[in-house]
Amino acid sequence: MSHDLLLKISVVILFLPLLSFLIIVFNQKRLGKAAGIIGTSILGIDLVLAAIVAFNKFVVYPNEAIIQWKFHWFSLGNRTIDLGLGVDNLAAMMLIVVTLISFLVHLFSTEYMSEDKRFPRFFSYLGIFTFSMLGIVLANNLLNMYIFWELVGLSSYLLIGFWYEKDSASNASKKAFITNRVGDLGFFAGIMIAFFTFNTFMFDEIFSQIRSGVLPFESGTILTAMGILLFAGAIGKSAQFPLHVWLPDAMEGPTPVSALIHAATMVAAGVYLTAKIFPVFTADALTFVAYTGAFTAFMAATIGITQNDFKRVLAYSTVSQLGFMVMSLGVGAYTYGFFHLVTHAWFKACLFLASGSVIHAMHHAMHKLHDHHSDPQDIRNMGGLRKTMPKTYLTFLFATIAISGVPLTSGFLSKDGILAGTLAFGNLSGHWLIPAMAFISAGMTAFYMFRLTIVSFFGDFKTEIASKTHENNTQIVLPLVVLAILSLWVFYSFNPIDASSGWFAKAFKPVETVVPAEYQFDFMMPYHDAHATESTEVSHGSHSYLNKFEEELHHQHYTAMFLSLAIAGFGILLSFIFYYYKKVDPDKVANSIKPLYLLSYNKWYIDEIYQKTFIGGTILLTKLMFWIDTYIIDGAVNGVAFIWRIFGTFVGKFDNGVVDGLVNLSGGVVGFSGSIVRKLQTGRVQTYLLLSIIGVILLLWWLF
Amino acid sequence: MTNELTLYLIIGAILFSLGVFGIITRKNAIMVLMSMELILNSANINFIAFAKYGGMNLEGHIAAMFVIILAAAEVAVALAIVLNIYHNFRHVNIDEISKMKE
Repeated sequence: MSHDLLLKISVVILFLPLLSFLIIVFNQKRLGKAAGIIGTSILGIDLVLAAIVAFNKFVVYPNEAIIQWKFHWFSLGNRTIDLGLGVDNLAAMMLIVVTLISFLVHLFSTEYMSEDKRFPRFFSYLGIFTFSMLGIVLANNLLNMYIFWELVGLSSYLLIGFWYEKDSASNASKKAFITNRVGDLGFFAGIMIAFFTFNTFMFDEIFSQIRSGVLPFESGTILTAMGILLFAGAIGKSAQFPLHVWLPDAMEGPTPVSALIHAATMVAAGVYLTAKIFPVFTADALTFVAYTGAFTAFMAATIGITQNDFKRVLAYSTVSQLGFMVMSLGVGAYTYGFFHLVTHAWFKACLFLASGSVIHAMHHAMHKLHDHHSDPQDIRNMGGLRKTMPKTYLTFLFATIAISGVPLTSGFLSKDGILAGTLAFGNLSGHWLIPAMAFISAGMTAFYMFRLTIVSFFGDFKTEIASKTHENNTQIVLPLVVLAILSLWVFYSFNPIDASSGWFAKAFKPVETVVPAEYQFDFMMPYHDAHATESTEVSHGSHSYLNKFEEELHHQHYTAMFLSLAIAGFGILLSFIFYYYKKVDPDKVANSIKPLYLLSYNKWYIDEIYQKTFIGGTILLTKLMFWIDTYIIDGAVNGVAFIWRIFGTFVGKFDNGVVDGLVNLSGGVVGFSGSIVRKLQTGRVQTYLLLSIIGVILLLWWLF
Repeated sequence: MTNELTLYLIIGAILFSLGVFGIITRKNAIMVLMSMELILNSANINFIAFAKYGGMNLEGHIAAMFVIILAAAEVAVALAIVLNIYHNFRHVNIDEISKMKE
């Protein structure tokens, strides 16, 4: 397959979901239930094409960094704006992830949404969302990425607010949109710095210019700022602290949407962006990214422990796992950050779709019992679902094992790599807080995921509703099975404890930084720069490493593995003790550490803090502005008006008295003289004749 | 000779004045027309007087003849108008027939 054909197929992949959107959105009434079939089959074709493209990229052109098209859009003065699209290894993998998950979500929704009155509209939204996400994936420049970035923002707004009759849903969609805008503002500023400096939006051109020494404003600090600002876009989209607040609220959308947006695609966009611009991060920017990710992972994990809403636990686990990915990129473990993005996409989509399956079943059971008050998403209403929904239970359990990082799963491989990366980073840079937070979060992840599983699936039925649930049909179960199978280790590396020998690690080799040595960690610089005389890659034993960090990462691998196994095992054990064997009463523990429990239960009060500071501040500001408007601006306007009114009265008097007086006077004079002269005009010919004779006589008398 | 001319001119002037007086004071259109005849005839007397005593000779006579012809034509037209006015208004009071358009 030639480059050209590969790119042409990529364009088709990009636009097929848009076609699905257009077909469905204009024929909603006519299509009805057929919309689901159309959307699903179009995505099926898309998936096949994506597989073809990815296969060709990985097998036929494994060593080409990127296959891309650039084309001229327009010129402004001497600056030209180019657009383009490219397929590199990241994009090829993401094509598979996005199209497969989107396909499964379409399939799942044909059943899950079947009773919704806006069924076709849902599928049209899924189409436009997939289109926007594929646009981000295929972008080879910042401008394209920004365009589709905003499109993703819009379509996620539509999807989260799909049930807009519910206040909570419409508020959540607004919150997601506005919170994302905050991050996008930073992203935009970063793009502007990049375009101003490098005169191009293309990633490869920006990288090569930095490599050749072109820095924004000749300053490494501005380069750091540019990196952090671009990363701000990822903070918003990938729900990193402090902009993570939208993601848990976005659970108000239909559950397939949560699986699509909040597991695999939209939130992954931020990580994808961070991976794409990874080479431009300076030492300071990397540290910033790493701390953001680590803190997000830690904070979200602590919150996840105490939540009672099924989807909300998953939402916080998503935030936490995204924190892991970002942290991984921040510490320089590029391969594993992206690896975790992919593995997480499968098992988190599986978890979300399984939760959708549970909620669907709970809904039906409630419907049967004529119960309209209970919360179908509250795990305290579930319990014992293992018996009624065995397939959902098994897939959910497997995904839980994967996310907890138990060996023989994909999650173990990727998380292990990340933890090794943080250890290596801590070792080399002295930032030990990052690995500490990472390991604690990993343990907590195992704890709360098993808590969720045990409370909702094990034990006895806690309510009558739970006992009346039953397994869903194939359209719902099939996606779960597919995703659970994809969470096996074997798809990424045949060695179940070490990913570095697998094809995935080979396809996504660590990328070289392009930042000048003075602004970068020593251990991130490629070896051939430090030892210019030696060969490009220094061999140590059977491995060859790009830089000191990769070498250290490999050395830390087994330490990290044992540590993470121990801590995950501890977390799992603890949750069994708490919730399965009930040796310890969790409520008592919660009471004994009440402040910490409340902090976690109330999500660190971040929403409240935002309410008090930003929202309250905004409201206060608007009130102040209103006051200024009412009293100062309106006062000034009214004052000016008052002065003019007084002046106007004077002018009016002058006008009435003097000007009108003069006019009336002249009129009066004319009128008066007219009334005298009028008497001569009798209208009688004879009078005129007499007067003219008198006149002639007078004239003659005067002449002679 | 001059005295005779003066006498004629005085008669003409008296006739003219009577004519003017008649035009100004009379309300009847017929009377106004008659007064105009007086004025024309006073002019005729003057022409003839100048022809006989003032050296105008034949030209004076011819002018007088013209005036008589003109007066005849004028009266023919004017009387026709007056008759029409009488048809319309049932009177010939010149003060009240200012509204021709009706």
